[in-house]
Amino acid sequence: MSDVTEQWLVDEPLRGGQMWSRVIKRGQVLRLTDVEGSGSVAALLFNADFLLERYNMPDTLKAQHIARITTGNVLYSDMGRVLCSVVADSCGWHDTLTGLEDAAASLKKYGPGDYQTLRNDWHRNSRDNLLVELAKYGLGKRDFGPNLNFFVKVAVDAEGKLGWIPDNSKPGAFIELRSEMNTLVLLSNTPHPLDPAPTYRAKPVQLGVRWAGPVAKDDSCRSSCPENERGFALTEAYFR
Amino acid sequence: MALSESSLDPQQASFDTVLGSGLGFSHIVRRGETLRIVDLEGNQAVDTLFYDASDPSERYSAVDTIRTQGGIYLSSGSPLISTEGRVMLQIVADTCGRHDTVGGACAAESNQVRYAIDKKYMHSCRDNFLLEIQQRRPQLSLRDLTANINFFMNVPVSPEGELHFDDGISAPGRYVEMRAETDVIVLISNCPQLNNPCNGYNPTPIRLLVWSA
Repeated sequence: MSDVTEQWLVDEPLRGGQMWSRVIKRGQVLRLTDVEGSGSVAALLFNADFLLERYNMPDTLKAQHIARITTGNVLYSDMGRVLCSVVADSCGWHDTLTGLEDAAASLKKYGPGDYQTLRNDWHRNSRDNLLVELAKYGLGKRDFGPNLNFFVKVAVDAEGKLGWIPDNSKPGAFIELRSEMNTLVLLSNTPHPLDPAPTYRAKPVQLGVRWAGPVAKDDSCRSSCPENERGFALTEAYFR
Repeated sequence: MALSESSLDPQQASFDTVLGSGLGFSHIVRRGETLRIVDLEGNQAVDTLFYDASDPSERYSAVDTIRTQGGIYLSSGSPLISTEGRVMLQIVADTCGRHDTVGGACAAESNQVRYAIDKKYMHSCRDNFLLEIQQRRPQLSLRDLTANINFFMNVPVSPEGELHFDDGISAPGRYVEMRAETDVIVLISNCPQLNNPCNGYNPTPIRLLVWSA
C-alpha cells in the first residue's frame, strides 16, 4: 500500500467496454482495481497543461531498463519529465508493447457486436474508445502513441517472440498512479487484442482518485534508479 | 535470425546518397519501390519513421507491428504495420538479422534523464526529425513523432521484462531492404548518440538507395 490519505475524491465504476478521462492533478493518486480479475485497461497520458507533451513508451522503458510497468517505475513524457509514478501495484506486470484492439480485429475475433442488437453491452474497442476521448480534448489520430495496457502481461522469450500470460491479474488486483504533473489520463476498459478468449469479455474496473502524501526525498519511485532521480529533478524544475 | 540477401544492383538504383551521422533525411518512397539502408561502417543506429504520403495521420506503429508479427525484433519478412492496421512496407532483405523498434529516438531531454542533467547540449535524433520536418515536410509536426524503428540497433528484452542496450550485431556493409506497399514518407535521423553503445560510441555514415518498381 502507498502512503496516501484515505478520502476519495472519485470512487466510481468503469464498466466493461467503457471509456473515461480525467485530469489527475499533481499530487493526486489514481487507483484502478480489477474487480473480477483478468482485466484489461488501455491508457494514454498527456500533460494537461500542454497537450503536445505526452507519455513516451521508449523513453519510459530505456530510462529504467524495463519492458513492463510495476511498483517503483515511473511513466516519462517525451520531455524528460515524470507524468506519473507507480506507487502501488498488486499485479506485478502491466504491458507497454502490444497496443490496441480496433474494430476490424474485434469483428474478426468476436463476430458482430453492434449497438442495435446489444445496446450498451455492444462490443466497443480500445482504438475507437480512445479516439472519442482524444476528441474531447481537441486531439485525434495523430496523437496516438504506444499505449499502456493495465493488468495485461505479454512476455517476450529469448528469440523475441510474444507470449500471452493468462491470469496475470487476480480478482481485486490494483495499481496506483501518483501524478507528478497535471496528467490527463484517458482509459478504455476493453479486451486486449491478444486475449485468446473466444467471446467478448470486458471486466468491471473500479476507479478511485485521492490526494497523495508529499513526495519524500527517499520516495521509492524517485530513488529506484539514478535516471528517476534526474527525472524527478527535471519535473520539479518545471513547476518552479 | 533470418538473414537474406538482395539481388538488386546498386548501379540500377534510381536514388543513391550517403548520409553522414547527425543528419536528418526524408524522401517519398512510392508503392512498389524498394528502399535499402546500408550500415557503411558497422554498428550505426538509423532512427526511422514512416507516414502514409497521402494521409500522414496514418503512420508506422511500433506496437501494432510487434503485435501483428508476434515478436519484438524486425528482420526479413517483418511487415511494418500502420496505426490503421495496414502493411506500409515489408522487409524483403536483411544481412544484419535484428532491428529494434522499442528503444525510440534520443532527445536532448531524455539524454538528461538517461545520462546527466548537463548533457542537454548534445545533438539528438529528435532534433534531426524536427529540423527535417520543419524544413521539408510542413504537413508533419512534433505531435507526429511516434515510436520509431532503429535499424541495426540491438535492444534485447528478457523474459523477466528487462530491457538492455547491447553492443550492435551489425558490421560494415550490412543492409536492410524494404518494399513499399503504399506511397510513404520515410523520415530518418542518422543517430548522433555518443553516450551508449547503440553506435559503438562512434556515429558513422549510411547509404540510402531506392529502386523503382
